[in-house]
Amino acid sequence: MARLHEHQGKRLLKEKGIVIPRGGPARTPEEARRIAEEVGGPVMVKAQVWVTGRAGRGGIRRAETPAEAKAVARDILGLRVGQFTVDTVLVEECLEIQREFYASVIVDDKAQASLVMFSSRGGTGIEEIAQEHPTTVASKHVDIEQGLRDYEARNLVRRTGVHGKLQRKLGDTMVRLYDVARTWEARAAEINPLVVVADGNIYAADCRITVDDYAVFRHKDLGITFARELDRPPTELERIAYAVEEGDYRGTFYFIQMAEGFEREDGYVGFHGAGGGGSMMSMDAVLRRGLHIANFVDTSGNPPASKVYRAARIILSQPGLDGYFGSGSGVASQEQFHSARGLVKAFLEEHVDIPIVIRLGGNAEDQAVEILERLNGLIPAPVEGYRKDDSADYCAARMAALIALDQRRDVPLPAPRPEPQEPYRFETVTGGTVTFDHAVCRTCENKVCVTDCVRQILKLEDGVPVLNITPEEARRGRCVECLACEVECRFRGAGGGYVDLPIPGLEEYRAKIGIK
Amino acid sequence: MAILIDETKKVLVQGITGREGMTRTRLMVQYGTHVVAGCTPGKGGQEVEGVPVFDTVEEAVGTIGTIDISVLFVPAPLVKNAALESIAAGIQLLVIVPDRVPIYDVLVIAKEAKTAGARFVGPNTLGVLSPDKGVLGMMGGRAVSAREWFFQGPVGITSRSGGITSSMAYYLAREGIGATTLVHVGGDAVVGLPHPEVVKLFEQDPDTKAVVMFGEIGTSQEEQVADLIECGEFTKPLIAYIGGKAAKSGTRFSHAGAIVEGGRGTHEGKVQRLKEVGATVVDAFDELPRATRRVLEERGIPLRA
Repeated sequence: MARLHEHQGKRLLKEKGIVIPRGGPARTPEEARRIAEEVGGPVMVKAQVWVTGRAGRGGIRRAETPAEAKAVARDILGLRVGQFTVDTVLVEECLEIQREFYASVIVDDKAQASLVMFSSRGGTGIEEIAQEHPTTVASKHVDIEQGLRDYEARNLVRRTGVHGKLQRKLGDTMVRLYDVARTWEARAAEINPLVVVADGNIYAADCRITVDDYAVFRHKDLGITFARELDRPPTELERIAYAVEEGDYRGTFYFIQMAEGFEREDGYVGFHGAGGGGSMMSMDAVLRRGLHIANFVDTSGNPPASKVYRAARIILSQPGLDGYFGSGSGVASQEQFHSARGLVKAFLEEHVDIPIVIRLGGNAEDQAVEILERLNGLIPAPVEGYRKDDSADYCAARMAALIALDQRRDVPLPAPRPEPQEPYRFETVTGGTVTFDHAVCRTCENKVCVTDCVRQILKLEDGVPVLNITPEEARRGRCVECLACEVECRFRGAGGGYVDLPIPGLEEYRAKIGIK
Repeated sequence: MAILIDETKKVLVQGITGREGMTRTRLMVQYGTHVVAGCTPGKGGQEVEGVPVFDTVEEAVGTIGTIDISVLFVPAPLVKNAALESIAAGIQLLVIVPDRVPIYDVLVIAKEAKTAGARFVGPNTLGVLSPDKGVLGMMGGRAVSAREWFFQGPVGITSRSGGITSSMAYYLAREGIGATTLVHVGGDAVVGLPHPEVVKLFEQDPDTKAVVMFGEIGTSQEEQVADLIECGEFTKPLIAYIGGKAAKSGTRFSHAGAIVEGGRGTHEGKVQRLKEVGATVVDAFDELPRATRRVLEERGIPLRA
């Protein structure tokens, strides 16, 4: 879900004709002062953070004058409220509230329909209201093709004991709120409190809207850059990971950090799951061994090798890990050599020195394990690959055992790759580059790049590999970044082929935190 | 007898000429599924794995005759229109494979399906497989693997996770236990046939003697299954594992549906509720085969068909 801040949500309400208090967002105390001046009269200064109970934490305060608004904003901006640091405040006119109501629209997954809910008592949480004053709460499922009809909304309000003119106005607000939810595809849209003020007008005093992740792509106007449900702001590494996912629709790459600030020997494992259920089940197995999880990752849904590679590089950008554990459901439909090659490329580049245990069960598992275990002796880390007949529990036990053993081989860092003498290059769909140094390729006997290319897009021309399709076709996606041309070349060829896969922001992040 | 898919059902593949469509049609055909037609707008007249391709679903139905099931392999933003097209053409069961289908699109599909008396599995489903009868979607990956891993028996399998569906069937098979049908419910919050609906179908299937369920945090599907047991609508033994024990509130664990919100959909809540009504709930995933075996043997149910 993608959560909108109060001021962003209010903007959407306004677009559909729901009245909101005059004012606007401010990121500096001076901006706050200016807005307060425009509004005229006393204002509320409200921290824009996704935390309930802002008022009790000093996140909502009244200011009588623009100068006071500036001072209050200075207090609130930079304040830590829950897990968030306030970087924006909403400065808006004070309302003379006569009465408070509750209004919401949520997607009810059990009913497979939107549910609109109204209460003639607002202000506190809806669960409380529903428990203590059930006759004041009414709800109704909405037919998605019909929408919420005006008379349905009025009757909904009527059932809570509100009559006359007020009922008509509130009914109208409900119809507009549903319109907001439907237009921007909100998982949930809540106005609490919805208020009547002294002159009889209805205002949305607060607003919480979460937008369906999967619909964000068709609502660019919302400016959502990170559509994940977290109870804290995303970390830099999570943003980097999210950008990888957003830029590549093939398969899934889900990454969240679960801990920070740990060090070697604290027992934290880089976790690389495959498949939502397999990941959760494998995570449970690791935790049962007394190990800790540094991050949760799921690469699944037929991800290309390149996505698995990027996931591994990101996982390995967490300093202080004691081990790397990969496991999925155990019986994957996708051929496992894709993941294996993605991992191998990453492990070689990182010259990993912490034990690696990967459970690669499913289609082509034997080939995948073979690909993976070739790493033994080439990197300091011990590497163990497992198949579907090896349980996640057993593999987690191996991870714990290898961490306890704390052995690593003395393998020097390989020399950096020299500049190619006769480069033949083409681009890939995620902005990567495949390079063959034909000077080296000429010395190769096996030409495994051609035979092992999963999409068979290479051919030999005068004894060196070239595309048998156009570079444009390769770039559009015919090259699926299977990495066979790098990985198989490295192990069974002359080493002339390799693939560069950019991960925007990662090098800078690593430099910043001090890892190479 | 199996549920949803067997050797008698006639199947259409939408998006058949795309990469996924073609590969999975091969899987389905080679596994014995009766794939009678494909549809990709603009590609009418082509052929994939011996299956004729049409420009519209209506044309396919008009030419071939009744089509029972459509399997969708189209990009997420196009799923809604493809699904509505099949429902309008009279197809009664859809299997929606793609991930990332917007939730409001699913609500529209649900409404249209309900009106037409049609049902759908997914979205975000690996598919449905009945050993030695047929497969819909991607389950098994390759026909030769699917044949190797799965055989017929008394257990119905339902899972919110795709890979896990195959795994459970495979590990049960290793314990000597066969399956009637494997169903991947899908990882999203709103799905056409959630656990309780699948469980009801298994209740009606005389060949299914027990059900093994992989649940997750989030939504209320597992609690609804417990309700069915309690009110006697589901009477067969249930063996379950609930994933996501380590998950914290407010954080989504990959699947759109796997999130604990406002205290609802918790791991403890689901486990407790299921145990309350007499279902067997195992602590570790690896315990499922042995626990299932025990349940079948106690009731004198043969492990294989």
